Amino acid sequence: MAESPEKRRRREEDLSMKDPVDVLIIGAGASGAVVAWSLAETKMHIVCLEQGGWMNPAEYPSTGRDWEARFFGEWSSSPNVRGRPEDYPVNDDNSPIKVVNYNAVGGSTVMYTAHWPRLHPSDFKVKTLDGVADDWPIDYDALTPFFEENDRMMGTSGLSGDPLSPLTHPPMPQQPMGLSGAIIAKAMNKLGWHWWPSDTTVATMDYEGRARCVNLGHCTPACAQGAKSSTDITYWPHAVRAGVELRTHCRVREITTDENGMATGVVYYDKDGVEQFQPAHVVIIACNGVGTPRLLLNSKSDRFPNGLANSSGLVGKNLMFHPYAQIYGYVKEPTDSNRAPPTCLWSKEWYDTDLSRGFVRGYGVQFVRGAGPVFEAVVSEQKGILPWGEDHHRVFRKLNGHRLGFSAICEDLPEEHNQVTLDPVLKDSHGIPAPKIDYTISENSRKMMDHALARGREVLETAGATDICVNSPIPWGGWHLLGTARMGTDPKRSVVNEWGRTHDVKNLFIVDGSIFVTSGGVNPTSTIQALALYIADQMKQRLANLFD
Amino acid sequence: MTADNQLTRAQRDDLRTIAGMIVPASDEYKVPGADDAAIQADVLATLGRDTRLVVAALDHLARLAGQPFAELDATKRNAVAQEFRKNGGAAAATLVRVVLQCYYRDDRVLRSLGLELRAPFPKGYVLPDGDWSLLDPVRARGGTLRRAP
Repeated sequence: MAESPEKRRRREEDLSMKDPVDVLIIGAGASGAVVAWSLAETKMHIVCLEQGGWMNPAEYPSTGRDWEARFFGEWSSSPNVRGRPEDYPVNDDNSPIKVVNYNAVGGSTVMYTAHWPRLHPSDFKVKTLDGVADDWPIDYDALTPFFEENDRMMGTSGLSGDPLSPLTHPPMPQQPMGLSGAIIAKAMNKLGWHWWPSDTTVATMDYEGRARCVNLGHCTPACAQGAKSSTDITYWPHAVRAGVELRTHCRVREITTDENGMATGVVYYDKDGVEQFQPAHVVIIACNGVGTPRLLLNSKSDRFPNGLANSSGLVGKNLMFHPYAQIYGYVKEPTDSNRAPPTCLWSKEWYDTDLSRGFVRGYGVQFVRGAGPVFEAVVSEQKGILPWGEDHHRVFRKLNGHRLGFSAICEDLPEEHNQVTLDPVLKDSHGIPAPKIDYTISENSRKMMDHALARGREVLETAGATDICVNSPIPWGGWHLLGTARMGTDPKRSVVNEWGRTHDVKNLFIVDGSIFVTSGGVNPTSTIQALALYIADQMKQRLANLFD
Repeated sequence: MTADNQLTRAQRDDLRTIAGMIVPASDEYKVPGADDAAIQADVLATLGRDTRLVVAALDHLARLAGQPFAELDATKRNAVAQEFRKNGGAAAATLVRVVLQCYYRDDRVLRSLGLELRAPFPKGYVLPDGDWSLLDPVRARGGTLRRAP
């Protein structure tokens, strides 16, 4: 009997998997996409393994009348709530901030706010400037061309010339100010404080095959219009066209090594749940600050008994989340509610160290335009400001469509006790040990958060807001997963060197947020991607002696 | 099995009763209460992953009432409802959330709020561009980026 086409395809696929690929990338999110695209020009055989699948925008929440309800279920930002087969559980019981992420082609760029600040030059030298934490082994200038390249690839919108932010050149104009932005801007002007339209990755005009934003509502749980940049619609189509092979629904269990301490490939479960081995000459990890240490710690062997690339003992240590201090209130005038991207303006008024404030380092602010009716009702009921009973309707009409928010992204300094380890009990659907988070908010961060709340209250009251509420920290605010495989020149004090190669394994690289030395006070994705482009560029320059 | 079948008749009655206490009907705003038949049908049809916690919440409510909650007199019902809201934990919060998420997508309610009866996609919304001369004072103040060595 002749072999069926499907069986033949599987046999050929199996055979091809026996050959080592030149580069194997683990994770197809923010940084994995970038490094795949950048390395594609080398014409090497590059394979990326992604535990999730391709997204289908026709199924995104904003296409249905139940769009808000879905945020509480299968479109929750928490993998523990979503519980999709593509997700892995995280034990974050011992952390006041819960991990949020997304697992798919595009990774967490599918589910982020698209707020697009960069780290500041001073963020790379905090030890020198402020005597805390450590300096990065690279500086801002090393990343400048990669920030610019990344902004073109992701497609950013904004207004060049912010005096308190690094100079950017967004290819598209800034988002409309809207009703909320105008109220915030006037209040900030009264107080004499800095504000500026945010750089975002929301397309404000048609751009590179993406349609312009039509204000579908909150961008975070994916954009059906495709106006929000996520790497499944930006980098990946280019990378795949350039020859990168992307295998979806493939979950890596461990990285294997040989007697010389070199990575030999990975063991993974394919889309049918069958264990596979993929040999590789170079392995690149792009799983971010929780997934990356989890994988390294799960890759124990006789030669690496404490986990791979962990001779420093720092794999999983120094987890930085950015505690968010959020304060919001309600003004008499209508705000943009859910009829706009959530963020519009930022402030860097309190970004740099001023010791008279009682803490070191600082925070960026992102202003929030409002909320939709279901979110408003649910959250306000929980806060106790929306009553049950007859007065419910009157109060709801006062709240709904009148919310303004102030969210401070507080710089989280590295502390070794804030860490990712392996949970002794919890496992994912393939039986792979899940990550466990131990995290506390430092005294310095607490003071910073309190300072931010006081400033936020001044802004809101100046804008005429009442019924002011606080979330400090935002409990489901662990979007930024940083620091758990830090970069440095000293192998005793860092996991990767100044160009992303692990000190211990010379053909193993890390390109995601786990290599951050410090966190700054801004959303990190722009910097993560610039860093990934920089590392890919370093690799290309050193191809002849990459393992020396 | 649908969520409708996962709740007993008594639980459905209690759910309808507590929903009507959370959001009662209003002649003033021309809206139904959350105990409205269509809204209750939406709640039951879409319970899905929330079924377990909602059932737990209804069990807790019945325990507090000592009998079917829906059969209590108004005074006792109010006292039990207050206790349920105060100390019901995650289960009570889930029940309240599923009631509110169905209530605030009902056509009659959205119409009363002046909201359009549609999904955000594909039409979206229009935002005013705003007066960017508001940035003039920020530009005038200027400032410098902290220098790195």
